[in-house]
Amino acid sequence: MTLFLQFLFAGLTTGSVYALVGIGFNIIYNSTSIINLAQGEFVVLGGLMMWFFLESLQLPFSVSLCLTLLTAAIIGLAQERLTIKPLLKKGDLLLMIMVTIAFSILIRGILMFKFGKDPYTYSPFTEGEPIEIFGAIITQQTLWVIGITVFCIVLLYLFFNKTMTGRAMKACSLDVKAARLMGINVSKVVMLSFLISAVIGAIGGIAITPISLMEYDKGAMLSVKGFCAAILGGLGKSRGAVVGGFTLGMLESLTAGYIHSGFKDAIALLIMLFILFVKPAGIFGKTEILRLRKF
Amino acid sequence: MKNLVKAFLLIITIVTALIFTQKDSYCKEPYKIGAILSVTGAASFLGEPEKNTVLMLAEQINKTGGINGHPLEVIIEDSKSDETQAVLAAKKLIEKDKVLAIIGPSTTGESMAIIPIMTQAKTPLVSVAAGASITQPVQERYWIFKTAQYDTSAVEAIYNHMKNKGIKKVGIISITTAFGDAGRKALIEMAPKFGITVVADERYGPKDTDMTTQIVKIKSAGAQAIINWSVGPGQVIVTKNWHALKLAIPLYQSHGWGSKKNLELAGKAAEGVIAPLGRLVVWDKIPDKHPQKPILKKYVSDYESKYKSEPGTFGGHAYDAFMMVVEALKKVGPDKKKIRDYIETNIKNWPGTGGIFNMSSKDHCGLDMKAFEMVIVKNGDWEILK
Repeated sequence: MTLFLQFLFAGLTTGSVYALVGIGFNIIYNSTSIINLAQGEFVVLGGLMMWFFLESLQLPFSVSLCLTLLTAAIIGLAQERLTIKPLLKKGDLLLMIMVTIAFSILIRGILMFKFGKDPYTYSPFTEGEPIEIFGAIITQQTLWVIGITVFCIVLLYLFFNKTMTGRAMKACSLDVKAARLMGINVSKVVMLSFLISAVIGAIGGIAITPISLMEYDKGAMLSVKGFCAAILGGLGKSRGAVVGGFTLGMLESLTAGYIHSGFKDAIALLIMLFILFVKPAGIFGKTEILRLRKF
Repeated sequence: MKNLVKAFLLIITIVTALIFTQKDSYCKEPYKIGAILSVTGAASFLGEPEKNTVLMLAEQINKTGGINGHPLEVIIEDSKSDETQAVLAAKKLIEKDKVLAIIGPSTTGESMAIIPIMTQAKTPLVSVAAGASITQPVQERYWIFKTAQYDTSAVEAIYNHMKNKGIKKVGIISITTAFGDAGRKALIEMAPKFGITVVADERYGPKDTDMTTQIVKIKSAGAQAIINWSVGPGQVIVTKNWHALKLAIPLYQSHGWGSKKNLELAGKAAEGVIAPLGRLVVWDKIPDKHPQKPILKKYVSDYESKYKSEPGTFGGHAYDAFMMVVEALKKVGPDKKKIRDYIETNIKNWPGTGGIFNMSSKDHCGLDMKAFEMVIVKNGDWEILK
């Protein structure tokens, strides 16, 4: 039991980040139908910029946090305005996805130039002894990561369902043309979706860095895993990404625990493939909707 | 007037003397040696300090008059951490530059790739990578040497320490890279020799974020100690997880642990971690009468004052390789076969940065487990275990 619980906690920690990256994918996918493969890079950006403000410039925690999120937002914005907007009218989805890959390589290059190849970390948000729950041990930072993820999910839910801007974004995800006819500024919605995704990615990075360290090239792996989470839950469904992320994290941890850690990634992905065989649109997705979309 | 002539003659004599001595040291043909290093690419963390070391040493030697009056020319090729590039570089160095010996490459894979070329061209190679297959089987590696300690020596050092502590059951956790594979293999193969059983054998990827599951599993398998075999951020994450879980069993790290950076990153979590480390890392803590001490002191302080960073064990491997070749050149001159023979037969009780080398026709590395000190982390610093 203790063992199982311990594996579960480990799965929740990694799952949280996958979920946050997955949500980022979904928000952009909903407004543009493209997959932003630079999503993982924003996690790295969050972790490294936080280190830069906190440790290198010695700024207080709250200031560093704001500055990091601001940096991520600006870069997300720049990505959309400079690389996506000019191409959006042409409507070539494949081209735009390629451009996001190019952008991710660009960010990685800049980060390597600025930070080098060494990993970075800073102290956990709260100092203190790990907490014991039924014999299983959980560090305070792990609780922070899970807590922040849940907080982001709730906030996003409220935003998309209770505010006018959020609803406008949701409308765009359902039907761009109809939304435009209703007077919604689609260009602004797309911009906003990139901004939100960037910030969410950065939050994930800020939270996870004290546990897992951060180095310039961690983004590619996170992008892949986050994308898996989004697909598993059903692309475009925000709760799908959350369930998908936690499922993937848990699958990895339990495989490592009960079968062998060498097969961790392979088995987790195999089970994911299996789920997609049974439900091609993911756990929450609908096959009919999937057919209507280009991707 | 007479005085003036005298002074004039004196000046002329001095000037001609100066010109001739100048000529004497610089008209001799330069000795060329090549170096193939992973200056960029995935293994650049190895190649960078190695390149810096070679450049620094070449400069020092040329400043003091070169080798027997011959200036030393080092041609450094960047292999970009790629085996194909390493092969091309080796061909270029041998055929175009006609070098007398080659230092490098930085990784085991690249070293293996150029062994056939070196053997065919009958040119000595002193590799700075660690893999045992670089110099074994030794009868097929006539022209090949290496200066990095064997992984197996590090394993021996760990197991020896465990044996003395009465640890019988260990759990190993290793990274899924060539380094982790080699270490894992050595750990499993050598355990029976020391009466140790491997009760758990766990892995993780180079970009994994949490190893709690693996560590908990090792503990629940009844291990009395954990051995982690990796380089990079993984070893810090394992340390943090191990610390957070408060398992009350010791954590051993591989010889890849020896960087102050790891202690910074792991902070308090690193307290009590034990690892076999080369003396380069703990040079200021070894006794003054140790034969390696003066070499390490000079090398580390020269490197740090020139490059403002620590050379690390990898830079040290390049130092040893370079100095061996230079010494051979000094003694036997520019003859490839004689250089090879010199390294094989005369590098005996030879203190370098990696240990005290004892080359022979049976061993082209010349280091054993005595090259390592068992080091524990205490108060954020290394401490040598007696």
